[in-house]
Amino acid sequence: MISSDIQIVLPEIILALFAMGALLGAVYTGKDKTASFLTWLTAGVFLVLGAWIGLNGQGTQEAFGGMFIDDSFSRFAKVVILFSAAAVLIVSIDYMAKRDLLRFEYPILVALATVGMMVMVSAGDLMALYMGLELQSLALYVVASLRRDSAKSTEAGLKYFVLGALSSGLLLYGASLTYGFAGTTLFSGILTAVGHDVSIGLLFGMVFMMSGFAFKVSAAPFHMWTPDVYEGSPTPVTAFFATAPKVAAMGLFARVVYDAFGGVVGDWQQIVMMLSILSMFVGAIAAIGQTNIKRLMAYSSIAHMGFALMGLAAGTAMGVEAMLVYMSIYVTMNIGTFAFILSMEKDGKPVTEIKALSMYSKKEPLKALALLVLMFSLAGVPPMLGFMGKLAVFRAALEADLVWLAVAAGIASVIGAFYYLRVVYYMYFGEDSDALDGTMSPVAWGMLVASAVIMLVGIVNLFGIVPMAAEAAQALVN
Amino acid sequence: MSVAAIAFYCFALTTVAGGLFTVVSRNPVHSVLWLILSFLSSAGLFVLLGAEFIAMLLMIVYVGAVAVLFLFVVMMLDIDFAELKAEMAKYMPLALLIGVIILLQLAMAYGSWAYSDGFETRLAAPQGDMQNTAALGLLVYDKYIMLFQLAGLILLVAMIGAIVLTLRHRQNIKRQDVLAQLYRDPAKAMELKDIKPGQGL
Repeated sequence: MISSDIQIVLPEIILALFAMGALLGAVYTGKDKTASFLTWLTAGVFLVLGAWIGLNGQGTQEAFGGMFIDDSFSRFAKVVILFSAAAVLIVSIDYMAKRDLLRFEYPILVALATVGMMVMVSAGDLMALYMGLELQSLALYVVASLRRDSAKSTEAGLKYFVLGALSSGLLLYGASLTYGFAGTTLFSGILTAVGHDVSIGLLFGMVFMMSGFAFKVSAAPFHMWTPDVYEGSPTPVTAFFATAPKVAAMGLFARVVYDAFGGVVGDWQQIVMMLSILSMFVGAIAAIGQTNIKRLMAYSSIAHMGFALMGLAAGTAMGVEAMLVYMSIYVTMNIGTFAFILSMEKDGKPVTEIKALSMYSKKEPLKALALLVLMFSLAGVPPMLGFMGKLAVFRAALEADLVWLAVAAGIASVIGAFYYLRVVYYMYFGEDSDALDGTMSPVAWGMLVASAVIMLVGIVNLFGIVPMAAEAAQALVN
Repeated sequence: MSVAAIAFYCFALTTVAGGLFTVVSRNPVHSVLWLILSFLSSAGLFVLLGAEFIAMLLMIVYVGAVAVLFLFVVMMLDIDFAELKAEMAKYMPLALLIGVIILLQLAMAYGSWAYSDGFETRLAAPQGDMQNTAALGLLVYDKYIMLFQLAGLILLVAMIGAIVLTLRHRQNIKRQDVLAQLYRDPAKAMELKDIKPGQGL
């Protein structure tokens, strides 16, 4: 029995063993001198594992008595998580090396956080959920304050830690109420125990748990930490925060509401709708006044989480499918955008002011064009892939008769388009300035251009991810 | 009232009182001592529930390690708690309001608490007449082995994190180099010069 269980969690075990082996190897050899190699190696391991999970997985399997579920939903999420984490690691090497931040623990902590994320999206039990979540969060708190001599970075880490602990507390309290009602921590057991109507105590448990998740995906009104943490953390870490952990938290959110509370869709639907609509508006409106591009991206991610949650709020398989497609597109856009933000520097110092982009198109027409495509895509302007993502969640909401939600989302996305277009405005019509003089590493340049090209070419068939997302959604909802 | 009930009320009362005085006492060292009292009496409550293993854990881990660590930290850090409290007092009315609202809501939740149908059947079956410790061992190392290993990974991350964030390699201090000491050659270590009187070097 145990060998078949291990067979199922093999990718996680391999990644954990790799992290420990890499730690030992680096400590006994060159320490920080190995960091660059180790980062490449970790990214390579992520890519290999991602490809392996994506190509090899079949059907739905459960391990450890249902505590760990390997189905096409978890595989889809894991592939996105692993690939995006690998991309962020590769992009960040150059930036971190320049600023003397490239420590060998960085890729190792990212690898351990990724193990946590993989457990999160595969969790079939409240305890496994919590373990995965804590493993991920704890590693993220540390990398947030990786630049330990900077007050902002340590503040970001501490703030994230304190608020993260609070949200974990909410989550645990909700989990204990749920366990108290159901008498089991297994999602399948909770599903049968809950049946089709919710008692008031269980409702409290569910709300507490969902508040915890909302914090992790940084959905309003649990978003307060996001701008500060995004601004304070080293930029590569911010790029990481904006991609893989968001996918994992969203996957976990969907996993819990369907696997454990799938019988009472109507009850959690209202909460998700509320979170979705608040996030979209807070993200769109609060971003307008931002002058720092990292804070702008933080609010942008809050707004995007709102759109992704709209898919979840539909309460149908189609909604989950739309959410998965949206998250994949969102991650691709963000990797490209952050590859660019990482290259923003003047005299070797990183620049994060949006104004610094003034007339950037004159100096670097190609990069400016790539960023223009990405900004249009983030805003959801039609020919780009970002529009397809928005279209998918809108359709899901409309088919679930949530017309008012779709209308509100439309308004929010128009408001949100303003600040993306403002970035483009600065690049093409701003005042003359030479606030940026940095060069881009070939890898980051490749990521930026590839991401922009994907945004344009992807509209043909979205690289075939739609049927995969549909299969994943079917596996989760049924 | 049976002996168990009397014991329960004694322990429960001291737990609550300990918790209360942890929060209200002015001296932080006293706070930690009250906290220890609270831990001890909750250990008593666990014994009453028949969970002697958890009671022991509470004593060893919380009282023995965590609380003592707290005590050291409180004594070593020079924090002006009065100032912190003054800062906090500003938000007191709002905090009280939120606290009361949450309390009312929880009273609502617990007041009409209902277990799910078939609650008992889903609870884990007792492991025969095995001792708690043995039963826990079976669960932790067998059924919940994955969670146990994940908890280990979390602790590993905590360790790596503590080192990443605090360890600094200082360059300008002298360290002992055992090999250099062993390979030292006494014949070469000292050079004898024959200096003629009155000339110097």
